[in-house]
Amino acid sequence: MSWIDICAIDDIPLRGARKLKTALGCVAVFRTGTAEVFAASDRCPHRGGPLSEGIVHGQSVTCPLHNWVFDLNTGQAQGENGSIATYPLRVDAGRVLIDGTGLSGRSAA
Amino acid sequence: MTQKLVIIGAGMASGRVIEHLVEEAPGAYDITLFNAEPRGNYNRIMLSPVLSGDKTYDEIVTHDAAWYAAQGITCRFGEHVVGIDRDRKIVEGEKGQVPYDKLIIATGSAPFIIPVQGKDLPGVITYRDLDDTNAMIDAARTGGKAVVIGGGLLGLEAAAGLAERGMEVTVLHLMGHLMERQLDEAAGYLLRRDLEKRGITIKTRASTAAILGESQVEGVLLEDNTGLEADLVVMAVGIRPETRLANDAGLEVARGIEVNAQMQTSDPDIYAVGECVEFDGHLFGLVAPLYDQARVLAHGLMDQPDAFVVKDIATKLKVTGCDLFSAGDFAEGATREDIIFRDPARGVYKRLVIEDDRLVGAVMYGDTADGTWFFGLIKEGTDIDGMRDTLIFGPAYQGGDAADPLSAVAALSRDAEICGCNGICKGTIVDAIAHGATELGAVRAQTKASASCGTCTGLVEQLLQVTLGDDFHAPAAQPVCGCCDLPHEDLRRLIKSQELKSQEAVWQELGWKTRNGCHICRPAVNFYLLADWPMEYRDDPQSRFVNERKHANIQKDGTFSVVPRMWGGITNPRELRAIADAAEKYNVPTVKVTGGQRIDLLGVTGEDLPAIWADLNKAGLVSGHAYSKGLRTVKTCVGTDHCRFGTQDSTGLGIKLEQILWGSWTPHKVKLAVSGCPRNCAEATCKDVGIICVDSGYQLGVAGAAGMDLKETQRLADVRTEQEAIDLTIAFIQLYRENARYLDRPYRWVEKVGLDWVKARVVDDPEERARLIAAFDLSQSIYRRDPWAEHAQQAERFQPLADLTLEAAE
Repeated sequence: MSWIDICAIDDIPLRGARKLKTALGCVAVFRTGTAEVFAASDRCPHRGGPLSEGIVHGQSVTCPLHNWVFDLNTGQAQGENGSIATYPLRVDAGRVLIDGTGLSGRSAA
Repeated sequence: MTQKLVIIGAGMASGRVIEHLVEEAPGAYDITLFNAEPRGNYNRIMLSPVLSGDKTYDEIVTHDAAWYAAQGITCRFGEHVVGIDRDRKIVEGEKGQVPYDKLIIATGSAPFIIPVQGKDLPGVITYRDLDDTNAMIDAARTGGKAVVIGGGLLGLEAAAGLAERGMEVTVLHLMGHLMERQLDEAAGYLLRRDLEKRGITIKTRASTAAILGESQVEGVLLEDNTGLEADLVVMAVGIRPETRLANDAGLEVARGIEVNAQMQTSDPDIYAVGECVEFDGHLFGLVAPLYDQARVLAHGLMDQPDAFVVKDIATKLKVTGCDLFSAGDFAEGATREDIIFRDPARGVYKRLVIEDDRLVGAVMYGDTADGTWFFGLIKEGTDIDGMRDTLIFGPAYQGGDAADPLSAVAALSRDAEICGCNGICKGTIVDAIAHGATELGAVRAQTKASASCGTCTGLVEQLLQVTLGDDFHAPAAQPVCGCCDLPHEDLRRLIKSQELKSQEAVWQELGWKTRNGCHICRPAVNFYLLADWPMEYRDDPQSRFVNERKHANIQKDGTFSVVPRMWGGITNPRELRAIADAAEKYNVPTVKVTGGQRIDLLGVTGEDLPAIWADLNKAGLVSGHAYSKGLRTVKTCVGTDHCRFGTQDSTGLGIKLEQILWGSWTPHKVKLAVSGCPRNCAEATCKDVGIICVDSGYQLGVAGAAGMDLKETQRLADVRTEQEAIDLTIAFIQLYRENARYLDRPYRWVEKVGLDWVKARVVDDPEERARLIAAFDLSQSIYRRDPWAEHAQQAERFQPLADLTLEAAE
């Protein structure tokens, strides 16, 4: 794993999300609790809604376009046949780090 | 051979070291004990009961003079140590030197003093020792007002003790909830509620700017410029290890005095123990690890092998009758799941945190009986997969019933208002039921409860069920969502009658089954709270749909539309030029004139929003709230200014209404129109409020619709003056804000409560009308402002956190 420091935890609003541009497209970084964060694809598999704009509740997010609800632990959509990719993330001394493998510019040749 | 042992500090940790030594190796050491306080070891944990008057100092003394004498300990109490000479192995006291073979530093901790003006005034005290406690007891004799800075354990104990002694106490806490290190938000809410019941005022997110006074403390000034009167200020914001002596002696000191697992400092003949030490990055404040340290240290002095290890600690605290427990690591984490149980009737909250099928943390409030059992599961790392479903009910109750959906109503006091229209309390209804009104119609006939607008029907039915038990079967009402058992109407009513003023209060008191709701209930709860408690509760953007959080309408491709307000549909060349410039500058693909008489810029990227708003702001344009459940537009015709048929200044009235109403949040969107004559060019007869001007005045229609349903407005009233038209409009909208269910447009709400019910309040009752207008004004003092201007200040929030595609390869 190659951990990349992306932001301070307080840069993400509590029960909110921010967006991260990566080689795999936009990744949404969710803050579900004081020190609880998740990362997943920003794109809803249904109609492409931006999940970083959804309402964050418990450990889930609701897509702002048509209310698909995703469990951020697994990326699985509730009651629907679809899921989103999730990415390892950790919090260290108030900073949020993401595993950059595959996400950053040019992956190792 | 007897060695000389000198101990600096007679606290609970060093006291325990001495006990081990005199019991297990009597005579091995010749002990000299220094203490800056003019007394020996007493149980500091019990200072709170001394403060509250439940105990006296004599009852909390651990070692008295006779005990020290019997053990042959030389006591030098009330004497400060001024230095340690490590080369000569001498401790220098104020009254003379003492040589040592082994030395123990047990200087404990010092209160942290926040560096504000006035911190040294007489009347500002800390809370660490008996002298502080006595100073508080003295101050409380004359009554008066006390401000306690710090809402941690110590601060709250001080607050409770002072309140007990008759002072008027306010607690200031920097963080969002009390005791945030030991409790989560929900438990912090319950603690706050219990303390408030004791008459203690709690202010969270309160940052102290200065302590005021000339020769004696007179008050506290907060960062937000609030001033509080105070005859006594207690600073209890935290403690830090007291390391000055160790520092001066050249020992290694980080945050505390660094020790190894044998409690030795960087000088092997000098030990340290208690709150002054740092071990492996940890500091210590609770008594259990201090006693472990004391045992290890004593064993070291007796040449017995032992080592200190940091253990999980359970905190079972009694903040003067508030029963709370926390253990393990209850912070949220990505790989963690919660099990939550709330019993509003008993004021109980329990949260278990589970990771990899193991319990890693627990927070409990109100009922902590199972704390020890849960703590055992945490320490032993027991696999709880098999008992997951019943885990939260504790060891004795594997397989409990589901939480009772009626408990919220059962918990209401007899004087809690159920029917707001007729002012009927729970007690009146329960009495009527007991006297034979065993169905809804009878309750209505006898008490008038639920006989007016009907929104409390669900609650009355629940009361029937609570009172009659199985004899009554309420028709199933649809709950708001899966997070709770309450329909919207009951939820609104309970927020009012129980005076619930925060989301945490709603989750706890109404028995929510989830941590913080979901996308269905949370926006509704957020609106109900801000509508009912405009001063106490603030709109929470994270509980709003994207459009209202971003202050722009999201489009199907993820871009946004931007609609500046055009008051009453009137604009000018300057505004139009600014709109045209913005459209060009930000490559807006579509510019459209809307049905609400303004201009829509479609296809703006999320990142560009703050910049385009700032540009439009410069030309005096503000948000049109084209995205909000709030006032959208007031459509007008040109009225008497230009039209030969115009009877009144319809444009002017439209602009006035828009300027009064803009920015307000409502249950759903609200659209108005004002037409200058019955030809109705502004199409006022299908609006939420539509005004038609006539020669004799104004005809007010309400509850129209031209969307999913098509409805003509119904006549609310005919009035003579423009002011009356404005007053009735405001009163109608405020009544709608206070009573409608979230996402009901006014026509749906009026269908449910009936136009007569609305008229009785808005038109026929001048007092109620005045109250509604005043309530609306109060709320608007907070919400009548341009969100674009505020958000343009935080432009970075609209940008991506980072762009990893730009990261250079290694």
